[in-house]
Amino acid sequence: MSSQTHNANHYYVPNPVAYPVIMSAGLLALASGFIFNINNFPAGKGMMIAGALVILGMVFKWMGSVIAESQNGLYTKWEDKSFRVGMIVFICSEVAFFAAFFGALFFMRVIAIPELASFDPQFTMYKDFTAAWPSAGPGGVVLGKEYVVGHLNPMEAWGLPAINTLILLTSGATVTWAHWGLLKNNRKQLVIGLFLTVALGISFLACQAVEYHHAYTEMGLTLGSGAYGASFFMLTGFHGFHVMLGTLMLIVILLRSMKGHFDADHHFGFEGVAWYWHFVDVVWLGLFVFVYWL
Amino acid sequence: MSSTTAAHHDEHHDHPTGIMRWLTTTNHKDIGTMYLTFSLIMFLVGGAMILAVRAELFQPGLQLMKPEFYNQLIGVHALVMIFAALMPAATGFANWMLPLQIGAPDMALPRLNNWGFWLLPPAAILLTLPFTLALFGIGDGAIATGWTFYTPLSIQGGIGVDFAIFSVHLLGVSSVLGSINVIVTILNMRAPGMTLMKMPMFAWGWLVTAFLLIATIPVLAGAVTMLLTDRHFGTHFFDAAGGGDPILFQHLFWFFGHPEVYIVLLPVWGFMPQILQTFSRKPMYGYKAQVVSLWAIGALALVVWAHHFFTVGMPVPALLYFMYSTMAISLPLAVLFFCWIATIWKGSLSFETPMLFATGWIVLFGIGGLTGLVLADVAADAQYHHSYFVVAHFHYTLFAGGMMGVMSGVYYWLPKMTGHMFSERLGKLHFWLTAISFNLTFIPQFFLGLAGMPRRIPDYALQFAEFNAISTVAAFVLGFSQLIFVYNIVSCARGGKKATDRVWEGAEGLEWTLPSPPPYHSFTEQPIVK
Repeated sequence: MSSQTHNANHYYVPNPVAYPVIMSAGLLALASGFIFNINNFPAGKGMMIAGALVILGMVFKWMGSVIAESQNGLYTKWEDKSFRVGMIVFICSEVAFFAAFFGALFFMRVIAIPELASFDPQFTMYKDFTAAWPSAGPGGVVLGKEYVVGHLNPMEAWGLPAINTLILLTSGATVTWAHWGLLKNNRKQLVIGLFLTVALGISFLACQAVEYHHAYTEMGLTLGSGAYGASFFMLTGFHGFHVMLGTLMLIVILLRSMKGHFDADHHFGFEGVAWYWHFVDVVWLGLFVFVYWL
Repeated sequence: MSSTTAAHHDEHHDHPTGIMRWLTTTNHKDIGTMYLTFSLIMFLVGGAMILAVRAELFQPGLQLMKPEFYNQLIGVHALVMIFAALMPAATGFANWMLPLQIGAPDMALPRLNNWGFWLLPPAAILLTLPFTLALFGIGDGAIATGWTFYTPLSIQGGIGVDFAIFSVHLLGVSSVLGSINVIVTILNMRAPGMTLMKMPMFAWGWLVTAFLLIATIPVLAGAVTMLLTDRHFGTHFFDAAGGGDPILFQHLFWFFGHPEVYIVLLPVWGFMPQILQTFSRKPMYGYKAQVVSLWAIGALALVVWAHHFFTVGMPVPALLYFMYSTMAISLPLAVLFFCWIATIWKGSLSFETPMLFATGWIVLFGIGGLTGLVLADVAADAQYHHSYFVVAHFHYTLFAGGMMGVMSGVYYWLPKMTGHMFSERLGKLHFWLTAISFNLTFIPQFFLGLAGMPRRIPDYALQFAEFNAISTVAAFVLGFSQLIFVYNIVSCARGGKKATDRVWEGAEGLEWTLPSPPPYHSFTEQPIVK
């Protein structure tokens, strides 16, 4: 590989690879399989599984080659900066994605529901509807055994969600502590910090699963429970999905740290994941305040 | 560890040939060529769809197709032209020209770059597959809601809506990847000495574009995801019975949709001053003013979205805000127009094909901009809304302002890309046929709109017959003159008079310092910019 080591004035351009195009084929299979599935056409499930496996395999191979290139010293400060700027921009796009769902929540709560409750009773089919949040909407939904119109009982903020807030905030601290260890080249502190972060991430997901179970089985709260149900499950659901991705990425970084892949000057992989983790943390704070608390 | 090692390193690439070259390439020129080729193909596909529509509109009554199929054609036409023709063309130019213009060895993230392109064909397949499925009795065809996916129509729609939703998801991922790549390339790959304020204007145009894409494409992804869950998983985001609101969808969609106009146009506003200065043989006028205006337009684009649905019922203060903020865009845009005209003012002009398109573009895009100002007026918009006036307006911005700008760029850079000169005679013929037939297609539509003909309807009252007939004939001329464009590009790629390095007498910039065509690896050693 000696011919591939290079100086700081020569940017590393990778050799041709087939992973991206195969991954796109996997995405096509996954997407069309999903469409067939929700429209009750046969073969949807099989296509979805095949597509997902192809995507997983390609992510694995692709990330594997990036790690190998990094270990072979192909990335200098110059490539490192590309990754950093790229990661920041990517996180900005994720912020915009969550902004859409927060925007929908605010719109329904501040504009749509008060307006639905404001009509003259002669001109509306929703005569008794009042604008109280959390709302199941004027049409009414079945929650468990009772039929609810308008105000519904939401998920309590100061139970599991408050504990989850504590868990995520602590995990933000442990990942920073791990970073300090890395900067001091103290691998033990790095590994312990990352291990704690992964453990906290998994605990968060476990609490979330318990909460969802409680919502569906005991409260009767579902995706179909009007404006509240839709915004609650879509926001917390997409956040939970991001926590799961973040936890998987942290596990990879933990394993790499145990192998000694990072040192004080060369650890974009670690930092990118840490940034992502902090982003997930901040989104949760927004969720806790606007979805659970207020 | 010096340039000899670097050269050695390059020789060790074993480049696959044939189809594998294109499937696996990480080279910015190959990927740029794929983007541009894809764009051209989809331009013809989208054009064929709308010619079928225009044929139906040739005379009143229903002749050729059912209204459902008509609705599918107009919606898919728009999605194809915007997402699969205009946007990939801009990204193709970014891939080809940004590294050459800023003295970079390649795009900053080459593998992501490859993935960004290869997401497009699956997206195009998803968008058009329902047409084919319908032939086999599966589903009821492609999305029939228009490109805007308005609820509740899109909630009630068939399987085509689901396909369009996932197509938009893939296109969105592709756009975000492309934007990440462009931002990183511009911020991290410029040649030593090229400060931000010495960058070519094209880089500025694309930087603002990428910023808009990052801010808005994920919101569109969120909106169509909510649409998907409303359709299949019981949510009530856009359903009043659950406390949602169909108008929420319009807000989410146009928060993306309005910036999208600038996403399509800003790259063109980037390279157009370069073309104007080349054929005026004098420096670009008002570089700083143009940069500031591009950013001002980018920022304003994010806060004016509701002018697309003034008639839907909004509080008066909201109407006034969206009217004035929309009109405020005309200030930085007027600065740009002033700079473009001042660039050619008293220049030593010559009218090769790219310059013909560029000057035609200033005039026609100007009409698009001014008619937009009319639509921004809340009081007047009630008359124009959802009429053919709107159709004519946005074709002056997107076809004249966008696609004719792209054509100018193609003619400008084609000799650099292929190493051959294209046929000037055919290029000029293409320009005049396009410009004249374009105007004959869309000027009648302004009048139709003012007279009250609604858009998106396959049939119309007898009084609109003459203008529609003129528009249809001209549209066919417009469509078929694009075959000249295709022929000119293909024959230029296959051979022709050898192009010099500089190609155009007045051309300035790093891309003209390289041979035509540039070597596979351009700027392995970065040039120093003084």
